[in-house]
Amino acid sequence: MQAFTTLTGIAAPLPQANVDTDKIIPARFLKSISRSGFGKHLFANLRYREDGSENPDFVLNQEPYRKAEILIAFENFGCGSSREHAPWALLDFGIRCVIAPDFADIFHNNCFKNGILPVRLPREVCEQLMEDARMGGNARLTVDLERQVVVRPNGEEIPFQVDPLRRHLLLNGLDDIGQTLQHAPAIDSYEAKQRASQPWLGA
Amino acid sequence: MSERKPRTLFDKIWDTHVVETLPDGTALLYIDLHLTHEVTTPQAFEGLRVAGRKVRRPDLTLAVVDHNIATDESRRTGITDPESRLQVETLEKNVQEFGVPYIPLLDDRQGIVHVIGPELGRSLPGMTIVCGDSHTSTHGALGALAFGIGTSEVEHVLATQTLLQKPAKNMQVLVEGNLAFGCSAKDIVLAIIGRIGTAGGTGHVIEYAGDAIRALDMAGRMTVCNMSIEAGARAGMVAPDQTTFDYVKTRPFAPKGEALERALAWWRTLPTDPGAHFDKVVKLEAHAIAPQVTWGTSPEDVLPITGVVPNPEDAEDEARRAQLRRMVEYMGLTPGQRLQDLKVDVVFIGSCTNSRIEDIRAAAAIAKGRKVAEGVRAMVVPGSGLVKKQAEQEGLDRILKEAGFEWREAGCSMCLGMNPDKLTPGQRCASTSNRNFEGRQGPGGRTHLLSPAMAAAAAIAGRLADVRDYQPKEAV
Repeated sequence: MQAFTTLTGIAAPLPQANVDTDKIIPARFLKSISRSGFGKHLFANLRYREDGSENPDFVLNQEPYRKAEILIAFENFGCGSSREHAPWALLDFGIRCVIAPDFADIFHNNCFKNGILPVRLPREVCEQLMEDARMGGNARLTVDLERQVVVRPNGEEIPFQVDPLRRHLLLNGLDDIGQTLQHAPAIDSYEAKQRASQPWLGA
Repeated sequence: MSERKPRTLFDKIWDTHVVETLPDGTALLYIDLHLTHEVTTPQAFEGLRVAGRKVRRPDLTLAVVDHNIATDESRRTGITDPESRLQVETLEKNVQEFGVPYIPLLDDRQGIVHVIGPELGRSLPGMTIVCGDSHTSTHGALGALAFGIGTSEVEHVLATQTLLQKPAKNMQVLVEGNLAFGCSAKDIVLAIIGRIGTAGGTGHVIEYAGDAIRALDMAGRMTVCNMSIEAGARAGMVAPDQTTFDYVKTRPFAPKGEALERALAWWRTLPTDPGAHFDKVVKLEAHAIAPQVTWGTSPEDVLPITGVVPNPEDAEDEARRAQLRRMVEYMGLTPGQRLQDLKVDVVFIGSCTNSRIEDIRAAAAIAKGRKVAEGVRAMVVPGSGLVKKQAEQEGLDRILKEAGFEWREAGCSMCLGMNPDKLTPGQRCASTSNRNFEGRQGPGGRTHLLSPAMAAAAAIAGRLADVRDYQPKEAV
């Protein structure tokens, strides 16, 4: 996993609440057995018209947002299906940070496993950042995970909270499985205890 | 013995499964059952292969195909879509390589992962259950802690049989009194989501309680727990009771004899202690719930069937007005229009929410002696091969076919638009599934969520209809 430290880039405004993972990537594009290549299907139903051509009204089809690395949205971003294809599609498109008032739990979790930083900020702040984002290429945002601040184009710094363990893993690009396997002896003894108390499991 | 603080059902299952607590409060949580399917696992198995890791407990893992497959006869001659076929073949290769038990497509026990887990007795009370699918919350109906995970976590569970988790908050949803005529578990859960909203349960595990929940059979409890994720909750649960034990005990993989007695003794200790703390409590009166139907593109946009399409301009703030305008436009509606005047093109009875034998009985009771309206495509997709067989033994397939319904093979089918069963742009569907998101059942498709009996009534009427006007003609 690619580490996330500081990101300065173009932010795309997506002023919608309840952006669900079916919207981020519809199920018909989940048939790949690889982790990459989902970027072209990101927001497919909004981004392309029925004949497959680009919908010019959709933000990610407009300059400079084709190169957006940050997405700003409203409440309950990533609700619905647990599909990790949603963060994979964002990442493959080039988006490494989503800023919203809140996120659905599973999506929030999935982001951290893929080097994407979800930043929770109050609705009023998201509205301000949305205005910044509408200024396009002249208004880059900086998201600094080390210092836990978002820096607006006018230099104003907005602090945000993030779980310390997740921050550590993301800053260092660490894989959870390796970490967990260091606890293998504890898992072994848990299983021994469970075999005695619940012998029917896995029988 | 020291006195323990009263604990909730969730607290008890959580405490039992903590392998270790890390300094920051994150728990390493043991997973008792890992259900897997073809869509969210290929990248996880590939990750294991690249790292040279094994599946730690194949015996606590079960694989089945459900999302991608056709639900008609064509499944017997092979999957035609090359990408779907590759995904299914990849799962088959992976289960063989890693020694994971697998239920093949043409096995009678094949079905939707959230139907077959409980049906086979693999999902049991007191367990921690995960699957790379958000509707894993279904299994909470047994009194288990069951939740959906992403593919990276699937890989983590395959390799370690554990997950790194922060404890969730406790939320109780009390549904008191008795359900009114014409209403079912689906109406309860839609009414709950209508009340608390799609983010109402975020960060929480919901325990459903109260007389109306107690009175539900296991299929009904599964319907309610299934849609917990639509309320934003991490999981939904119902405390195990005699209804649970009677259901579990006859299942092929359930413990037997002395093991069952030991299991029962433990399961009886699981219900929430009197005085246990809930961070949030929501109360609903069951008798006040009328048959529900969603009108918009989020499950929280739900109304009684007697309702009319809301006027977006009545909403309080501009953001919500804009959202409602978009919904009204996408759904092809006019503010003030009666929901019962909405003509349907397709009726879908199935999905992990409503495809169990009880759901099919409810649909057949309405369909019996009646005909599907002209121009309506109505399909019934049993949740598993075993449900299908049982329905055929009861003659339900005959009743449904005579009424003009298609009788299909088990799978996720038209719930999610990733297999051949999908809506075409602009089609309006009365669906017993769980999500009415834009494009969920196919690009441009318009979904109205409702109960199996309401769906059957819509098929007969050719429009959204009040099931209370369609009492069974005679008992099935």
